[in-house]
Amino acid sequence: MSEDLAWATASDIARAVASGAASALDVIDDTLARIEERNPALNAFTAITADRARAKARAIDARPDKATLPLAGVPFAVKNLFDIAGLATVAGSKINRARAKATRDSPLIEKLEAAGAVLVGALNMGEYAYDFTGENVHDGPSRNPHDTSRMTGGSSGGSGGAVAGGMVPLALGSDTNGSIRVPSSFCGTFGLKPTYGRLSRARSFPFVASLDHLGPFARTTRDLALSYDAMQGFDAEDGACVERPLEPATPELARGLSGLRIAVAGGYFHKGAFAEALDALARVAKAAGATDVVEIPEAARARAAAYVITATEGAALHLERLRQQARDFDPAVRDRLIAAAMVPATLVDKAQNFRRWYRGEVLKLFARYDAILAPATPCTAPKIGQQTFVIDGVELPVRPNVGIYTQPISFIGLPVVAVPVPLTPLPIAVQVIAAPWREDIALRIAQALEQTGAAAAPRPNL
Amino acid sequence: MADPLDDYIKAAAAALDLPLEADWQGAIKANLAVTLKLANLVAEFPLPDAAEPAPIFRA
Repeated sequence: MSEDLAWATASDIARAVASGAASALDVIDDTLARIEERNPALNAFTAITADRARAKARAIDARPDKATLPLAGVPFAVKNLFDIAGLATVAGSKINRARAKATRDSPLIEKLEAAGAVLVGALNMGEYAYDFTGENVHDGPSRNPHDTSRMTGGSSGGSGGAVAGGMVPLALGSDTNGSIRVPSSFCGTFGLKPTYGRLSRARSFPFVASLDHLGPFARTTRDLALSYDAMQGFDAEDGACVERPLEPATPELARGLSGLRIAVAGGYFHKGAFAEALDALARVAKAAGATDVVEIPEAARARAAAYVITATEGAALHLERLRQQARDFDPAVRDRLIAAAMVPATLVDKAQNFRRWYRGEVLKLFARYDAILAPATPCTAPKIGQQTFVIDGVELPVRPNVGIYTQPISFIGLPVVAVPVPLTPLPIAVQVIAAPWREDIALRIAQALEQTGAAAAPRPNL
Repeated sequence: MADPLDDYIKAAAAALDLPLEADWQGAIKANLAVTLKLANLVAEFPLPDAAEPAPIFRA
């Protein structure tokens, strides 16, 4: 097992396998051995697909055209709400373990494997994705590779832990209110939440149809862009997926910051932030040359509306399970969903009306700026089991409040790259937010920040 | 005097066929209180009658 390979990027692995300098089977054997060694401490994986991964790796090694595969031999894993043929899609729950096994992989897995990547397993997550901690009462908590007594963040906790912990260079997660960006922040990885409707969500277990997004985690911007490019494409099976031409971001990465107008979100996005969040934001703003401060209008109300729509759409999704199997839920999830099932529809409609108004106001800002920077989380990773923290002088529960800075952004589907800032002792991320369909701009900025050293995925001591 | 939210939760659970056990009620109440507070923060924002919701049905 090679320590170098643990920290190799997806781009490096793909180059080595495509050129014949390394075999995909050796990469996968090495990855599987490392997962076996590290998973007991990190609890990132809930299923390991070793046989299928080895078969896939052998097939790649035998292909005469492997030099054309952009992700040749790259190991990856997915949050366990993605369908994997032959496994039940558990979505972090006990209840879903009784579901029929999936008969086909999710389209994003198919697309990554078509590009040469190799699925090695499924990853831990908060139950039904209604979570910002990465804790799971059925599977145990995902543990932060930088300090295993701390949260990974959630709900894509295993995705953050597996990438930050050097188990895989690439993972997929979902983000309804921050579930890619929060674990990216706590674990110190790069994470991309694309524009709502960009990547297909077909054959993944939903949470909130009008807010769900899927996207990648990686330790470099280039790896994010490579995987994102491989996953693009219209899919009629996802009713929200938008028919657009492919818009590859990888060729844009080298363009740097030239010509980009970048602002920093003020007001709501500073209020309640711990010193480390503001320190990280200041470092990134300086490296990006961002001096203007803008107010994202009514961000607190946007977060409130996202909270209401999430709770009530989530309750609608789970209504029959609540009626029939309430005792099989994580109690924290159950109590939130039962409460949400009692919220009058009039208030939900008000939130949807506000959502449209807010979208119009925020889009006006993107006439003046190409990107806006904001903290990803108010603090670095809390301890596992920590129930409360103090935000703006008020003691609040951790679980629903870690996403106060991510929710107003995903609420209107804007693309975001979470860029990790390698503070000591724990990393924390900053959101690079772009206009709809401009993932390329957010990724360009992330790449430039990485080149200056302001953003980097720090290597934990494992 | 009974808290109207307690009464509402009991009535809603019965009317909507939702399970409710005595030791869940406190957490459900706390969650409902937060959700209603946030929903009312949104609802009190003035918008014109013609304001359209974000999801628009297209035939």
